Amino acid sequence: MRRPTLRDSVVMRWMVAALGLVIALSLTQELARPETTDLISAGTAESTLRRAIPILLAGLGGIWAERAGVVNIGLEGMMILGTWFGAWGALEFGPWWGLAIGVAGGAAGGLLHAIATVGFGVDHIISGVAINILAPALARFLSGEVFAARSGGGITQSPRVDSVGHGDLPFVSGGDLFGWSTPDLFGWLSDQGWFLVSDLSALLSGITSNVSWATLLALLLVPASVVILWRTSLGLRIRAAGEHPVAADSLGVNVYRMKTLAVVVSGGLAGFGGAFIVIEQTGIYREAQVQGRGFIGLATVIFGNWQPVGAFLGSMLFGFADALQLRDRTAVHALLLLVGAALAALAVRAVLRRRPAAGTGFAALALVVLWWYSVSEEVMRELPPITPHVATLLVLVFASSRLRMPAANGLRYRRGQE
Amino acid sequence: MTGRRIMLALAPPVVAIIFSVALSSVVLLIAGTSPWEAWREMLSYGSSLGALVETGNRATQLYLAGIAVAIGFRMNLFNIGVEGQYMLAALVAAAVGAAVNLPPILHVALIMAVAMSVGSLYAGVAGYLKVTRGVHEVISTIMLNAIALSAIGYLLRTWLDDGDDTTLNITTPEIAPSGRFPNLNGMVEMFTREIGRGRELWGFLLIAIVVGVLFHLFLTRTRSGFDLRATGLNPFAAEASGVDPRATVVRAMLLSGAVAGLIGLPEILGDSYKYDLGFTRGLGFTGIAIALIGRNHPAGVAVGALLFGWLDSAAPILDVVGDTPREIVSILQGVVVLSAVVAYEVVNRIRRAQEARDAASATQRTLEPTS
Repeated sequence: MRRPTLRDSVVMRWMVAALGLVIALSLTQELARPETTDLISAGTAESTLRRAIPILLAGLGGIWAERAGVVNIGLEGMMILGTWFGAWGALEFGPWWGLAIGVAGGAAGGLLHAIATVGFGVDHIISGVAINILAPALARFLSGEVFAARSGGGITQSPRVDSVGHGDLPFVSGGDLFGWSTPDLFGWLSDQGWFLVSDLSALLSGITSNVSWATLLALLLVPASVVILWRTSLGLRIRAAGEHPVAADSLGVNVYRMKTLAVVVSGGLAGFGGAFIVIEQTGIYREAQVQGRGFIGLATVIFGNWQPVGAFLGSMLFGFADALQLRDRTAVHALLLLVGAALAALAVRAVLRRRPAAGTGFAALALVVLWWYSVSEEVMRELPPITPHVATLLVLVFASSRLRMPAANGLRYRRGQE
Repeated sequence: MTGRRIMLALAPPVVAIIFSVALSSVVLLIAGTSPWEAWREMLSYGSSLGALVETGNRATQLYLAGIAVAIGFRMNLFNIGVEGQYMLAALVAAAVGAAVNLPPILHVALIMAVAMSVGSLYAGVAGYLKVTRGVHEVISTIMLNAIALSAIGYLLRTWLDDGDDTTLNITTPEIAPSGRFPNLNGMVEMFTREIGRGRELWGFLLIAIVVGVLFHLFLTRTRSGFDLRATGLNPFAAEASGVDPRATVVRAMLLSGAVAGLIGLPEILGDSYKYDLGFTRGLGFTGIAIALIGRNHPAGVAVGALLFGWLDSAAPILDVVGDTPREIVSILQGVVVLSAVVAYEVVNRIRRAQEARDAASATQRTLEPTS
């Protein structure tokens, strides 16, 4: 048997794809220089990261549940629980407790989903939909009971809450380490004006300086999920419950317990995402502020082929779309150039692979996009927010044969039957 | 035997409602208000003529939403996209309805046809993607919902606005009187006193009833309806007996979307005569709840729609009288849905076990030598 090489590593492949995307963005930035400078900058990177985190956490939540074979469409509702309990915890005990209590609120939603789907064998989608109906009602009721009585609060919003601390990372962004001020590597590099290196450094500098500790914690959950799910026996059992529960059961795995545990963790991650929105993004609980991020998180699960690193990159892409439209709409317009170039590349590839029909299609699409770029000044403001949704549909339509979800995902499991 | 069967069918919703009322009462007790007083206020206000008219109006929309979802559910298709389908259909239908002038009945018919086609086509996208590319309809309809909402914002802002800059509310132009649906006040007032206070019982209620009857006839009396139910019960057996699963999926989505297209019309044809920012949202998601409670059966969905419609209409009294927050009704509704689906599942299991026992004893009887 051949030893696995770096080429086989899923993480490696994802990272190469991400690097390619950053290079493409740098090139587009160079081409569109006078029009916009915000396509790839420290500010955009920082904003992207902050907006990506809740989606990432929902995506990780989706992966935990679906790896155990339970579809969790209730992520949205669990995030809503996370926002309310996060705000309440932050008001009562401070921001860190807010995050913890938000996690607990989401996990309670996960437990409810687990009781319905694993315990009673209710269809996963139906239970998830029911939780999505119940959660906003509960949040509204609790707001009326708790927040309405406080100054600045009401039935649809809480008083303002504090965020957790921020800091620069040592060595890469000049953060302090035991009282010693370390050098600011990325800051220095980004000032040098070297093509690509400086762009990349600006991006990394934006991510690593003045970063919230909650953001770091959320990012650490990506490698943590990979390690737990793929390198521990617990993770193996969880994944076995999602691939082939009957076989797992025959080897002595308590499938019910594994599924329940995974769904509770899933809810907890979604709750963290909700609490993050309140404590780190808006500084206030508002009704309906989750705005479908749970569903987008679900989309990153598919986007990332049920891999945490893939979901991470998917969430960054969606965070990027979100960040750009708020910062600079001409930047979104410049992105049309990139989309056009990507479509042209796909056309060339299709022709090289002797698929003239697909090649013609992609070439036509590329021409349409490039024509759109040349005739318009900026894109309509409704377009950027739905790019994640369109991208997800396109991935499903064109790449669904390469996606592989856990074999027993979404199926009802009763011990001793079939 | 049949008595037991009827009891098993009725027990879950009844148990779910009792459980939900009990749980909400506990919540109210914890919150420090009297549940007894809240329920009494709701019952007394909810039995007033005004609240009942509201119930009828609300239930009309909820019933159509429930049926739209139920058509998909009957063959295990989760049309989460009813929300996007009805919003988009209502916008386009309102714009088309305002743009043309036709004789009264034709005008309404055209608006309904446009709404049904738009809803149907938009749902058809998800059906098409499912049968050609294997895209699961739950994910595609969730994505299509978001896309529909953005498209509505764009269309309303740029093309379909009435062009009147003096109002802040962007809206489509108003539909001419020939394109409006008459109300049923006259019919109701034959039996009761005058409804009054500007309340109207929407005539679209009749259309909703017709849709329910047609749905029932479709399921029980047509080949397509049989195919649809068969595919839902056992896709492999259905395919083996000659049902084309792909055509059935597309057909079910198109039908579901067509009914979804009607959801917004009671409001547009009977009350606002235009699509503006105040148009009722969220009916598609509530429709999922209604379909679940009603077990996807035309009569069951009607009961669910009336229950939710009544709760929605009776809840506002809680803001006026006493100190119970009206949000308790939303909690009650959420708990009803979750406990109903759990109760149905439990009863299903009991029924299956019972059937297995019956079959076993029947086999044993035939095998035993008769003495």
